[in-house]
Amino acid sequence: MDTVTVTYMHEKPRVMKNYAKCSTLLELWEYRELFYFLAWRDMKVRYKQTVLGVLWAIMQPLFTMLIFTVVFGRVANISSEGVPKPVFYFSALLPWFYFSSTLTNAGMSLVSSAGLLTKIYFPRIILPAAAALGSLVDFMIGSVLLIGFIVYYDIPIGWNLLLWPILVLPLTVLAFGSGTFLAALNVKYRDIKYAIPFGIQLLLFVTPIIYPTNVFPERFQWLLAINPLSGLIESFRYALVPKYPVHWDVLGLSLAVTTVILVGAVWYFKRTEKAFADIV
Amino acid sequence: MTRQIEVQSLCKSYQIGKLQHDLSLREQLVDFVKNPFSQKREKDETIWALKDVSFHADEGEVIGIIGRNGAGKSTLLKVLSRITHPTSGDVNVKGRIAALLEVGTGFHDELTGRENVYLNGSILGMKKFEIDQHFDAIVEFSGVEQFIDTPIKRYSSGMRLRLGFAVAAHLDPDVLVVDEVLAVGDASFQKKCIKAMDGLRSSGRTVFFVSHNLAAVENLCSRGIWIDAGKIRMDGGAKEVIASYMASFSGEQVSGTDLSTKTNRLGSGEIRYTKLEYLSLDGMPYAIIRSGDALVLRFHYHAAASLHELSFGFRLFSEMGTLITECGHWMHGFRISKVDPGDGYIDLEIESLTLLPGRYHLSLWITAPGGRPVYDGDVQASLEIEASDVYRSGRMIDNRYGFVYFPQRWKVGGSVVSG
Repeated sequence: MDTVTVTYMHEKPRVMKNYAKCSTLLELWEYRELFYFLAWRDMKVRYKQTVLGVLWAIMQPLFTMLIFTVVFGRVANISSEGVPKPVFYFSALLPWFYFSSTLTNAGMSLVSSAGLLTKIYFPRIILPAAAALGSLVDFMIGSVLLIGFIVYYDIPIGWNLLLWPILVLPLTVLAFGSGTFLAALNVKYRDIKYAIPFGIQLLLFVTPIIYPTNVFPERFQWLLAINPLSGLIESFRYALVPKYPVHWDVLGLSLAVTTVILVGAVWYFKRTEKAFADIV
Repeated sequence: MTRQIEVQSLCKSYQIGKLQHDLSLREQLVDFVKNPFSQKREKDETIWALKDVSFHADEGEVIGIIGRNGAGKSTLLKVLSRITHPTSGDVNVKGRIAALLEVGTGFHDELTGRENVYLNGSILGMKKFEIDQHFDAIVEFSGVEQFIDTPIKRYSSGMRLRLGFAVAAHLDPDVLVVDEVLAVGDASFQKKCIKAMDGLRSSGRTVFFVSHNLAAVENLCSRGIWIDAGKIRMDGGAKEVIASYMASFSGEQVSGTDLSTKTNRLGSGEIRYTKLEYLSLDGMPYAIIRSGDALVLRFHYHAAASLHELSFGFRLFSEMGTLITECGHWMHGFRISKVDPGDGYIDLEIESLTLLPGRYHLSLWITAPGGRPVYDGDVQASLEIEASDVYRSGRMIDNRYGFVYFPQRWKVGGSVVSG
């Protein structure tokens, strides 16, 4: 039974499947079930032991919409480009909450799963990705409420409505991209933990959510367009109300910036992920 | 036999001193502004957790990795299981590798036992259909059938452990990496776990096993690798490696536990324990204590005042907190009528320590006879017992067989044939 093996100096190593060189995409496919389970866990856990449960997914945008309608719509009387105020705010708040919760969850995903990172191997990028998928459910539930708005305000149904689900893709990519970058940064610099909620607060004001892009003079609108979220959020409004003045050039710019963010984030993530388990 | 895993000149270094991640972004920015062209400000000290480690393993080998704390065993396992990347060197693995560095990795408190089985299983690399297939067996193995739909935050720590190990026991990897997980859990459960690992071995899987329990390593492993200061000190048959490892301890002087710095102790403090030493009968300090060894416990104390009628003693607990025995000289009718101020010690001689291997806790006390007042109480010390061949049969008797053993003799009569 006992085999004594002391040195193997002169044997030639045989060629084996080298995992480290295994293509990333193929590996991600192999780990798709873990991705699914982690997203499932996030969804499952979110509203456990709450009385209102999944209603929370609706309450946040709904109540914010009410406050915005009263404060910004009535009191401050900010233009909504002729769109009913509740529709104007709700159609922007839904994607906004999806973005901000995805950004937060993805940004914190690595640090909050430090126990997993140091105990088990899996493609690390699954963690921020699962966080993004987990928030999507809230967005979908919120979107169902749109039917109520469409009926109540008698909004004509057209092809533009198809844009609503389509726009979710670039929005997800944007949230996942920025969240992934922040997650990798967060492993090294815990400053990010404080920067995320603060940044999200500021972002709310530099994104056309409370106001439409057109409140700015034309020559300053490009400033708003640097923020890729601007073009996306305005397009969500267009998807619901086709007469809404959407800026296609701004959307185009948003998509380009989104792509750059995704590529940059994945590049940075891949570059730093080797050290995650050592420094998290 | 087929080559399963191949490790070539593996090195892993860590930077100690001021770690990069201890710096906040602000500090790094300030740094950058001050000195924009230097890559690194100060020379960090580098420690090598692994240095030029090479070996390979074949299908069906069960390899025990032994060594002292901080020798690099855990780092090696982490590199093998790809959790951390080597600084240099190569690891080639054929097939699926599963790492069991912790029981119940990724368990979520809010989820039920059933949900956690799926989550944990998939984290450990099982496919959903595999978990479906094994689900009933996992639940049966864990023994928590009744609570499978209860959130595990309501589980006791023992139940969690069982559930975690039950999932792990149904893994079906080509290479399994296990770190010290057998150290927890009760004896019957450990027996189950060892059986499960035996099953893996007999089905031709390669297993890497790190443990401080040398008897378990000897029982389970065919081969041993001894890691010392990040290097392979010896690679060979488990028995030979363990013997050399044990031999390396002899001649080493380990003084006992310093008790003077222990803070959470009871009592009024006129007299305090300062030190506990583990000595042989001729007064030499032990570095490693094995079942059946003769042992002198030397209790050092410091008395602040002159005290009359004292009672010294201690309670011995298992690692899980079961009281095994309490010893005190008062029970022997042995009287200490006066202690002068200053330092001193008393010895307790044990001819043969009939404790089975494991980690034990001592809780030391000094009181007046009858228990009151307490001068010093609940002073914690620990005692580590290694396995030995207590029955002189060539068999290592480990902690699967309980906490204690009796010196014993078997005799046969009638129609029993022995030998």
